[in-house]
Amino acid sequence: MALLPLRDAIERHVRDGQSVALEGFTHLIPFAAGHEIIRQGRRDLHLVRMTPDLIYDQMIGMGCASRLTFSWGGNPGVGSLHRLRDAVEKHWPAPLAIVERTHAEMAVAYQAGAGGLPFGLMQRHVQTDLAALPEAVVKPIECPFTGETLSAVPAIKPDVTILHAQQVDAQGNVLIRGIVGAAKEAAMAARCLVVTVEERVERLRTESNALILPSWLVASVSVVPGGAYPSYAQGYYPRDNGFYLAWDEIARDRETFRRWMQQHVLDVRDHAQFLRALGVAA
Amino acid sequence: MNAAARTAARAWTADEMMTVTAARHLRDGAVCFVGIGLPSAACNLARLTHAPNLVLIYESGTVGTRPSVLPLSIGDGELAETADCVVPLPEIFAHYLQAGRVDVGFLGAAQIDRFGNLNSTVIGSYARPSVRLPGSGGAPEIATHAREVLVVMKQSPRSFVPQLDFRTSCGYLDGGGARRASGCPGSGPRAVITDFGVLRPRADTDELELAAVYPGVAVDAARAATGWPLRVAPEVEVLAAPDPRDLACLRDLHARTQAAHAAPVRIALPAKL
Repeated sequence: MALLPLRDAIERHVRDGQSVALEGFTHLIPFAAGHEIIRQGRRDLHLVRMTPDLIYDQMIGMGCASRLTFSWGGNPGVGSLHRLRDAVEKHWPAPLAIVERTHAEMAVAYQAGAGGLPFGLMQRHVQTDLAALPEAVVKPIECPFTGETLSAVPAIKPDVTILHAQQVDAQGNVLIRGIVGAAKEAAMAARCLVVTVEERVERLRTESNALILPSWLVASVSVVPGGAYPSYAQGYYPRDNGFYLAWDEIARDRETFRRWMQQHVLDVRDHAQFLRALGVAA
Repeated sequence: MNAAARTAARAWTADEMMTVTAARHLRDGAVCFVGIGLPSAACNLARLTHAPNLVLIYESGTVGTRPSVLPLSIGDGELAETADCVVPLPEIFAHYLQAGRVDVGFLGAAQIDRFGNLNSTVIGSYARPSVRLPGSGGAPEIATHAREVLVVMKQSPRSFVPQLDFRTSCGYLDGGGARRASGCPGSGPRAVITDFGVLRPRADTDELELAAVYPGVAVDAARAATGWPLRVAPEVEVLAAPDPRDLACLRDLHARTQAAHAAPVRIALPAKL
């Protein structure tokens, strides 16, 4: 594990054309890392994430992605992701190929990837038109023991998984608390794991069966307080719902969106400056 | 009487009536897979009134939550802090939902058809949609594996359609026992709760019919708000107005929620970064 400034971590580990999963199920969403990818102008990424949320809306609208694998693409509790919709409906700023799965399929796919399997298994009872799409990836498979038909869900193995977590200790072990989503599975499925954390502590005060990513699994850790803002980091800050509501207006119009991103992401040095400019941090 | 006049003449809103009606469908001790918005309000209202042992599972992995205020999203800290346990997502879908441990699943959608099939994916064609909707999330598996499903949707000819643009989640498929024949483990939508009343499937055809209306709602109005010729049960029940105690409890819950989320978010940065 290398302790790196976020700028260096992204420069070193995220390349054009890679598949990149910024996970965190509505909690601990790695906004700071996403913004740094935008600042560094990465292109042609295959973005993977169960719930794209505002961070992928921003990355897609800024032209970072050519492909998206996801299972629910809305603004949680608010409505649409207008930049994602514009990319799918009107191909702006560029066409976006989508691979759509269900939440359960994404979870199984990460799990299979984490275990080094080509696919994961699910019961095959679900009747959905998703299975009939040309892009559909889930296939039927016969159980060799019972003969029943199951669903084979191809594994997801991102080139890079990026997570935001609460703490890293002096040895580089990373602790995630609260709602963990598929963070562990996405971490273990990736070729390279990049982490941002709220703070560095001497020792993690927790039980041994807590969600800890051992230091030797982690390519780099960057200390970025507020790195999940405007989503939340349990024990540190809540979700800024005002921001999620405001985003609906900002993202609705292409020019308003571009101006906002220029001012708040491209023209700022780092996440601390972003938080100060918004008046969230002193 | 138009909608505004109707609201003025009674002591509750359509949203409140829908929430109370959904809550009444939940028996004490049931295990519920909850979504954000009205279902979340309904489940917590039921938990705070007639069903104190209701087990609430939010798909973010929080099991047995007892939030004091309603969550803004399924990832809310309040859900994790008040839960019996928080489990990883693969477990929520495999160990709890797929394994058959969920009694009631709540769903909504942009479109529903007469057999309770749901669309939350696209309006228009999939390749060139006129509206790209958020997509499936957990809905297809909830629709399949929950022992029963409650659908909550406002009724209009645009949302209650003769033909779905896309079938994201299954209700009774093509009706007439098709769902059961397909081997689907859950029994399907038990009720569709709208802003006019409640639709239920007919036992023989699985087709949704108007089974109940709210006080002051005309059967014809409910039919006019449906995009297919809505069948009407031989006897349409007129549901009781919300109990004042339930209404007070629900309003209190919403007020607490608003107050809790009003405070601006502040993040303390270390002096030296």
